[in-house]
Amino acid sequence: MTTTRREVDAVLIGVGLVGTVLGRELTRAGLTVVGLERGRPRDTVPDFQGPKMHDELRYATRLELMQDTAQETLTFRHTVRDTALPMRRWASFLPGTGLGGSLVHWNGQTFRYQEDDFRQRSRLVERYGRGFIPADVTIRDWGVSAAELEPHFDRFEYLLGVSGKAGNLNGRKIPGGNVFEDPRSREYPTPPQKEPYGSAIFRKAAEDLGYHPYPQPSCNLSQPYTNPEGLSLRTCTFCGYCERFACEHFAKSSPQTVLLPVLLNDRNFELRTGCRVLRINVDQSRTVATGVTYVDAQGQEVEQRARLVILGAYALNNVRLLLLSQIGRPYDPTTGRGVVGSNYAYQTMSYPQVFYDESVNINPFMRSGANGTVISDFASDNFDHGPLGFIGGAYIGEIMTNGRPIGFHPVPPGTPAWGAAWKKAVVRHYNHTSTINVHGGSVATRQNYLDLDPTYKDAWGQPLLRMTFDFPENDIKMSAYVTRKAIEIGEAMGGRLVAGSPRKGPYDITEYQTTHNSGGTIMGTDPSTSVVNRYLQSWDVSNLFVIGASNYPQNACYNPTDTLGALAYWSADAIVTKYLKSPGPLIRR
Amino acid sequence: MEKMSRRSFFKGAGAVAAAVAVAPGCERPAPPRPPYSFFNADEASFVEAAVARLIPADETGPGALEAAVPTYLDRQLGGAWGGGERLYRSGPWQPGKPEQGYQLRFTPAELFRAAMRAIIEDLRATNRGSFAKLPAEDQDAYLRTLERESKDLGGVPSNIFFGSLLEMTIEGFFSDPVHGGNKDMVGWKLIGFPGAYANYYELVDQHGIAFKPPPMSLAQSAGDHAHPEPAPKRN
Repeated sequence: MTTTRREVDAVLIGVGLVGTVLGRELTRAGLTVVGLERGRPRDTVPDFQGPKMHDELRYATRLELMQDTAQETLTFRHTVRDTALPMRRWASFLPGTGLGGSLVHWNGQTFRYQEDDFRQRSRLVERYGRGFIPADVTIRDWGVSAAELEPHFDRFEYLLGVSGKAGNLNGRKIPGGNVFEDPRSREYPTPPQKEPYGSAIFRKAAEDLGYHPYPQPSCNLSQPYTNPEGLSLRTCTFCGYCERFACEHFAKSSPQTVLLPVLLNDRNFELRTGCRVLRINVDQSRTVATGVTYVDAQGQEVEQRARLVILGAYALNNVRLLLLSQIGRPYDPTTGRGVVGSNYAYQTMSYPQVFYDESVNINPFMRSGANGTVISDFASDNFDHGPLGFIGGAYIGEIMTNGRPIGFHPVPPGTPAWGAAWKKAVVRHYNHTSTINVHGGSVATRQNYLDLDPTYKDAWGQPLLRMTFDFPENDIKMSAYVTRKAIEIGEAMGGRLVAGSPRKGPYDITEYQTTHNSGGTIMGTDPSTSVVNRYLQSWDVSNLFVIGASNYPQNACYNPTDTLGALAYWSADAIVTKYLKSPGPLIRR
Repeated sequence: MEKMSRRSFFKGAGAVAAAVAVAPGCERPAPPRPPYSFFNADEASFVEAAVARLIPADETGPGALEAAVPTYLDRQLGGAWGGGERLYRSGPWQPGKPEQGYQLRFTPAELFRAAMRAIIEDLRATNRGSFAKLPAEDQDAYLRTLERESKDLGGVPSNIFFGSLLEMTIEGFFSDPVHGGNKDMVGWKLIGFPGAYANYYELVDQHGIAFKPPPMSLAQSAGDHAHPEPAPKRN
């Protein structure tokens, strides 16, 4: 038996970053909004309070804050020739669940993607010629420019209170900031965090080599801050329990700290937790969504009718829900036709390590999630790819996040995996090792994609998402080149030994890399190759907006959250200023 | 225990008795066995001896046995984790590539039970007695065989069992003592990790300082961590 609930103006699928921003903008415009969150309600007080939050085993190893794989996971294979098998536990990436979504457990690294990323195909063709992009690479322009997004980046960053230093203020380059960034209209809301020891060593080495180091933009705040919504954040204490944890100190920007309290107080908003959406419903024309069907916390099926549907779940779940709802044509890798599930991309990471003498105390536990010093000299198209034979790049940085010892006990290559020699090496190197991140982008290819698994199901009897992915040859070449540059910096950092190798295939889901899955519901200007238009409105169902990193046609090297927040405000602005005045397609197909 | 560590312990030591007293767990008598709720006596004997080889007591300090790692394993395997918490357990079950991750039907508790039973039987059948009574070198050689081969241990490939045992031993050595291992925070003291300690704001830019407070566990830090600033007002 399905209960039907009275129609509301808008329903949100997921109350994380996207749901919170859209909920706020739509209620502010006078709409009645219901937010459906599959996880539980939670807040800084009492849920995230110490000391229990500082439990590495519970949160970082056993993944307390993540989507429960016993109920819902996805299947994985390298190619269409393989049989996909379920990821029985998370490892490579960690989708969160619960009120606030993955922005509760994120590190807070807050980079803007560059114009070179938004117009990647056009810019590469302009600079290197049409034949330069490998044949199987399906990178596309996003349909939106850095200049169009700038006001929305600005608004999102001032909501979060990001701590950083501008490198380009209205076209004026500023040494010490990221001189490769596109013009920003004003300085960051708060100054950079303090620079830890390893990062300071990295900065000097990078400067000596002629690069342009800058403080990583951080949502672990450098000083107290009150945002335009009237909510206050505090100074980050560098406690070393950030990524995979919730912040007990009100020092990490998250929906709970920057916006949710305002939304939850709005009488036009109703939050329902424990509600898992099974599908988006459409009318007989299949061009109008009528609402959603979900299972509530008691296990009852409910139909919530709504005039506007906002799909803002985790990227992978956005793709799955469109496929389960049969909205948009599924992508077929054999023909290259169809759109939903196409252009799945990831990121391409490597981690050289610098091993120091015992006199050098790195103190890895005195870190925050997004502290550190980075360079963008080898990011995006900031360097000449002409002679190199690949596209894309990586930012490089000394951005260690913690010294929690179950996960962090570095030893030099060749050390036995256990026994007395292993133990001695752990004791010798624990406090005397610096890790460099080579944080690389990921091109979309014809063969990497997402669809529904034919065999495995979730706890509600619905097919799991199936991921078909292996590292593209282009990205392996990119990683080889940029990792070599990172090792050169490492060698200038004064250690005794630098160890590390570039990312190589095959992709291994048992090793954590990043939770930066992208694509599958990509945005664009051509309905035959994209799922949503440049305002993130479904080409097929005009009262459905799909918002997430699933919109990215390929993945840049930077952490995706800042760009997602800007896109959420960009889409909300289009809904409020254009769509609500004249409901229907904002762009004719 | 093993010849090498005994030599290094006793080398240059003036008083043998004093050396024994400060050599935790390195010589018999072994500490009295704690009450286990998951392991039976044979399993406990194997686990205690095995973890003592994975992270041995030596001149750097106590090892996994002294850190009560078997107690950690006992609690984990006997609890929700052992029962397959957060493990997707729907079939069909089929072997895959290593990059596709764990694909066995066993929960962690079932996996340990099956593998330990097979190991105990294997040693008996080959007249080697119990693992705990083997010389250290033979224990290491046996563990290396488990690690490198995929011998069938009651349906569990030995390398998968070994990987789980090693991973959980490291967890037990370095996790907060509230979980039963890392007794007296010996794992943290060994490497200089301060534990649940919360605030480095004043220290992070004192580059390279030697920071060696006694570590702090969750159980010790009663109540909340000290907040450097009052919580922001929320309506």
